[in-house]
Amino acid sequence: MIFVTVGTQEPFDRLLRTLDQIAPTLKGEEIIAQTGAGASYTPQHITTIEKLTTDEFDTFISRARIVVAHAGMGTIITTLTKGKALIVFPRIAALGEHRNEHQLATAQQFSSLNMVQVATNADELLAALSAPAPTATISDQISPTLRNDLTDFLR
Amino acid sequence: MNTPTVESRPRLLAAASFGGHWIQLLRIAKALEPDFNIHYLSTDPRAAALIPDGAKLHIVGDFNRKNIMRAFKSAAQAITALVKTRPHAVVTTGAAPGLVLLTLARLMGCKTVWIDSIANAAELSGSGRIAKKIAHRCYTQWPALATDGVRYSGNVLNLNHSTK
Repeated sequence: MIFVTVGTQEPFDRLLRTLDQIAPTLKGEEIIAQTGAGASYTPQHITTIEKLTTDEFDTFISRARIVVAHAGMGTIITTLTKGKALIVFPRIAALGEHRNEHQLATAQQFSSLNMVQVATNADELLAALSAPAPTATISDQISPTLRNDLTDFLR
Repeated sequence: MNTPTVESRPRLLAAASFGGHWIQLLRIAKALEPDFNIHYLSTDPRAAALIPDGAKLHIVGDFNRKNIMRAFKSAAQAITALVKTRPHAVVTTGAAPGLVLLTLARLMGCKTVWIDSIANAAELSGSGRIAKKIAHRCYTQWPALATDGVRYSGNVLNLNHSTK
């Protein structure tokens, strides 16, 4: 199963449309998407759910073969903590998909650390879905230097 | 080892908008839990599912630049939370409601720390650029963004940039 999430704050029709387009070439693999409120595109090949609870969200991440998502930090952290492969499809502010272009920069930084794959169009998305990179697992701890610095200052 | 009771530790109000900011804040709070008595503040009741049993959670209204008038209600709720909690320090990962809380906390004499979201890899967030001027300490989670007024001491994912 491919789990797709665009967060719950604003719609991301371009990602749904792109996935819907390539879905017929994915050999019938189920696609489930959390779409957020206000999506205006209705996909043909994707099961959509507007808003999931935290538990449901975690369950879908665990069940998925691979996760496709906008560059939201909640999704990136939850997915990597569970050791799942993640393809990030960043929102582009120039297309009205976000307030600023930080999603592109976030995606590129995490990609350069080999934590995620980045796709920006149908071809790249299909390539990443067909040949997922090895997954990176992150620790459930913050940097010890940050913890010590904060503890000393906040005491 | 002599472990002081939770109530005798310095009281910390840990605050963030629900979503990615909240997940980052919880990782920080978990690391600070042994040394502090942590109270929580977020923007969505769903945040309650993720904090330790019995921990106190305050909710304030969410807002952003598009619906700035809602900031007044959020600020009033933040004042209520500060008066009830009387924290020694406030730590927030943002976003806009965290900045309002941090500003009020500073005025009330709390230590204040802003930790900019790890989502901001290319430049500090808009709220972070304001927080830099208000908070006692402002952290970025990306080494390239550290400047005179902005510290880098690591990040919430314990990513090791040197292995890049």
